Amino acid sequence: MSINGQAYLVGAFEHPTRKAEKQSVAQLHAEVAYGALQDAGLSKDDVDGFFCTGAAPGLGPINMADYMGLTKLRHVDSTDMGGCSYVMHVGHAAQAIKEGRCNVALITLAGRPRAEGMATGTVPRSWAPNIPDDPFEIPMGRTVVNSYGMVAMRHMHEFGTTSEQLAWIKVAASTHAQYNPHAMLQKVVTVEEVVNSPMVSDPLHRLDCCVISDGGGALIVAKPEIAKSLNRPLVKVLGCAEATKNQAGGGIDLSYSAVRQSGAAAFAEAKVKPTDIQYASIYDSFTITVLMQLEDLGFCKKGEGGKFVMDGNLISGVGRLPFNTDGGGLCNNHPANRGGMTKVIEAVRQLRGEAHPKVQVPGCKLALANGVGGLLGHRHGGATLIMERE
Amino acid sequence: MATQSANRAIPAPKEDPTTKPFWDAAREGKFLIGLCKDTGKHFWYPRGCSPFTLSNNIEMVEAKGTGTIYSFSVMRTKEPHAVAYVELDEGPRMFTNIVDCDLDALKIGQKVKLVFKPTEEGAAPVPMFTPA
Repeated sequence: MSINGQAYLVGAFEHPTRKAEKQSVAQLHAEVAYGALQDAGLSKDDVDGFFCTGAAPGLGPINMADYMGLTKLRHVDSTDMGGCSYVMHVGHAAQAIKEGRCNVALITLAGRPRAEGMATGTVPRSWAPNIPDDPFEIPMGRTVVNSYGMVAMRHMHEFGTTSEQLAWIKVAASTHAQYNPHAMLQKVVTVEEVVNSPMVSDPLHRLDCCVISDGGGALIVAKPEIAKSLNRPLVKVLGCAEATKNQAGGGIDLSYSAVRQSGAAAFAEAKVKPTDIQYASIYDSFTITVLMQLEDLGFCKKGEGGKFVMDGNLISGVGRLPFNTDGGGLCNNHPANRGGMTKVIEAVRQLRGEAHPKVQVPGCKLALANGVGGLLGHRHGGATLIMERE
Repeated sequence: MATQSANRAIPAPKEDPTTKPFWDAAREGKFLIGLCKDTGKHFWYPRGCSPFTLSNNIEMVEAKGTGTIYSFSVMRTKEPHAVAYVELDEGPRMFTNIVDCDLDALKIGQKVKLVFKPTEEGAAPVPMFTPA
């Protein structure tokens, strides 16, 4: 029942804006969809599968399909698992393509939290009415940053991880971001600058946190026959898996994430190992998010993420595992507070050889994109995607 | 260095028919947690089913209100406050706040005890903890 080799990423587009003062959210969806179709060499009416999330305006996929004039759809999926949804959607699209339910799948994300002045991570917020955990958590001041902060605090306690080690993740992202003219933060920072930036929620400093940005992105996934008819480098889906993890009725363990499960399943489907991966896009909502995923994906042992990320080990051309060569969410872009889309896009660039020359991994054949959606310290999803340049 | 926890305004918890007994007890100063009668295990947060078996063979029982800090994070806002997971002596780890203390002195493993804190709009108080 594997999707290995059953679908290809044929289009990818990241909106260049980081502050969308002139576009509505719906228009941003249209612009990223158009950009990805242009990139693929396809047109709107080739799209017969459409994927979005609850971040898209309207009832599931219905209103955006209407706005964009998608009249040929025969498969839709608006499964929402927060920021990692778009990593997961590539797998869902590959499944649908394999089953013949669609031939060309469009995945879109867009939002404008920056233009709307949203305090994304520091103010308690509910996702929807009638959520049963809200009465026990909103009064407590649950925010995105303090949920991840508790995970970082526990990691330091159990494994001796330090703020300086976490800071290396930001240093690596900023080293890459200096070459991205669209990145929100293009200045290279030092470990000292990270640990001396203002504390937001212990032990996470301001520079341990991602940017708040507008824009979005889109992906096109197509069946092999179509992919091979297009004039683009072939990026094949080898494996994709998802998982969720939660409080388990009071048995929460903050030392690992859902990615332990999604990663193992994706690697098994792809029939490759972590040591085979040449480039990794790792969701970087916070520095601790990256550390947790690296361990749970098996790039290092549990508890050794701090040592793994030190001394530039995530910097392209320097370390063992080049990551987030666009600057990631920490420096480049975190559109709509959902980082999974841009993770897949940069992995596609790397596999095509279209990343910035200063950060391009030479001969990049095998790449991974990983995401965490929701609140890492409360309840969250994880999604892992492995891709190969054919 | 010392950072005293702020007495911030606490938003009212939204009650629903399933959790009303918990909030009614809280108004009387009683701290209830769930007990799954199929497994004998306690659970948090309150709900109408067992998160271990999904059956409704449960009851709400009074907890001792003592535990230890499993993890925490101090929000460094104008009104500094600490969110935390407290591992109750009955077993479950619950998301809460550590209040009425020096936030810079908090430690994982520290013993804490229950204190109910009033909420806005005269709604039911919420269970928080302070160093024991």
